[in-house]
Amino acid sequence: MMMDIGSRLAMQDLFARYAHVIDDDRLEEWPELFTEDCLYQVISAENWALQRPIGLIHCDNKAMLQDRVTSLRDANIYEAQRYRHMLSATLVQHFHRDEARVVSNYQVIRIMQNGETMLFSCGRYLDRIRFTKAGPLFAERIVVMDSRRVDTLLAIPL
Amino acid sequence: MDEPAFPWPAGGNTRVPYRVYTDTEVHELEKARIFAGPTWGFLCAASEIPHAGDYKTTFLGEVPIVVVRRKDGGINALVNRCSHRGSLVALQNQGNTGTALTCVYHSWAFDLDGNLTGVPFRRGIEGKGGMPAGFDLKQHGMKRLRAAAFCGLVFGTMSEAAPPLEEHIGGLIGGRMQRVLGDRKLKVLGTTSQVLHNNWKLYVENTKDTYHASLLHSFFSTFKILRLTAEGGIHVSEDGGNHASHSRNKQDKDQGEYVGLRSAIDGFGLKDASIFAARDEFGDGITVQILSVFPNFVLQQVHNSIALRQVLPKGVDQTELLWTFLGFEDDDEEMQRLRLKQANLVGPAGYISMEDGCVGGWVQRAIVGSEQDDSVVEMGGASHASTDNRISEASVRGFWNRYRPLMGFE
Repeated sequence: MMMDIGSRLAMQDLFARYAHVIDDDRLEEWPELFTEDCLYQVISAENWALQRPIGLIHCDNKAMLQDRVTSLRDANIYEAQRYRHMLSATLVQHFHRDEARVVSNYQVIRIMQNGETMLFSCGRYLDRIRFTKAGPLFAERIVVMDSRRVDTLLAIPL
Repeated sequence: MDEPAFPWPAGGNTRVPYRVYTDTEVHELEKARIFAGPTWGFLCAASEIPHAGDYKTTFLGEVPIVVVRRKDGGINALVNRCSHRGSLVALQNQGNTGTALTCVYHSWAFDLDGNLTGVPFRRGIEGKGGMPAGFDLKQHGMKRLRAAAFCGLVFGTMSEAAPPLEEHIGGLIGGRMQRVLGDRKLKVLGTTSQVLHNNWKLYVENTKDTYHASLLHSFFSTFKILRLTAEGGIHVSEDGGNHASHSRNKQDKDQGEYVGLRSAIDGFGLKDASIFAARDEFGDGITVQILSVFPNFVLQQVHNSIALRQVLPKGVDQTELLWTFLGFEDDDEEMQRLRLKQANLVGPAGYISMEDGCVGGWVQRAIVGSEQDDSVVEMGGASHASTDNRISEASVRGFWNRYRPLMGFE
């Protein structure tokens, strides 16, 4: 089934909002882009290819995403840093009524408070998008990092 | 360079000169005396290379190693370097190499014991070229290490002087390893790696430092999970090099096989406390055990999250921390789910471990210009003996007690 232009634009808007709520440090809005029963996972390409389940982050509902934000705000200690997301075009792999499976590439540049700027992570977003009455949401976002290596730590979601 | 260029400060193991984290000569000396010295380094889990010809590449200190399963089921560890021109031989993280390791540069071939078995064009062509007649293949094998396994984990050493592996680990700490790993068949559930901008010893000390856990990792205190008031203690090997700290969350007693959950729910903040759902897997109520074997191996049990950490120096001021998350072949579905969920607590993005990724770098940056000064390791006194509490830096002092004589810092 071909995705109509309206759905496609709404989905692209979701992706843009995803990048901007993170990059603009509005993390509290980040979980709102997911369904209640969502899956958000960050895993290296190596583990993904070997079908090893454990990666860096594994949240299997929206409450866990909210907890992550709470923890980053109130508990965890890390140096001030920002991200800049660069997103690729989206390949729609499958679309049927209210759900789509799509894949896109990302780069995340990390900017430290001293100005140090580095390509922090790149990889693929494997998404399952659910089209709800309120618009499209992430039912699944699996972040497959090209590298298994993380510089210092991964605090802010990718 | 036979001896360190500076003396150890007065105060023995309670003072650590900052210079040991920054000095390139110290770093060079460590290569010879610690990593090629009479110690054992963790290489891989035996279950990662189950079949003949399976190999995995890793490091002993900074030296590239290939670990390979022999036809007879034994395991060899070889320096991953061709004896001809010095190229890496095995190029992948892991794979199967059949019955030979072949260098891609000039196709020199080695059997799985590292013996040189084939040199292309050794006799030349039509009497021209080739190696001299006296060239002895036997003299040109890949360098082979001593390798041994304990609890399904393979270790290697460059040193003939190193005691047997079991002796290096010792009965006290070996028992704590057996507590977690026993003789169950290990299964790798995932790997990840973290680049730390600090000297390797700063991370090793961090894992031995029970004093920092509830202070730096405020996730513990914010969500009331682990406190220094909980029952616990530190086992330290006699020479100080190895340790195992443990704690029991006191509030768990009335919760049957589920531990930690109530404090999380009764606490506040977390909407989904499922990351604290855990089984008392080893039947002793110990919720966290962190164990280290000198110089750079760590075994972690945080609830049901079991991971190996390999602390690899990459120059004097950088370290790669390799995490291997483990389960067991006989894990049931629920246990697999618990391990997956609880992995959120640890690793480079872990709620209770992410700070360890940056704190060493903060030390490394702060000590620039203060190389003549010393850090203070006096919590709990001056001894490195085992203690029944964790408000102590005993196991940090133990590390230096083992390190100093090896390095010639008397």
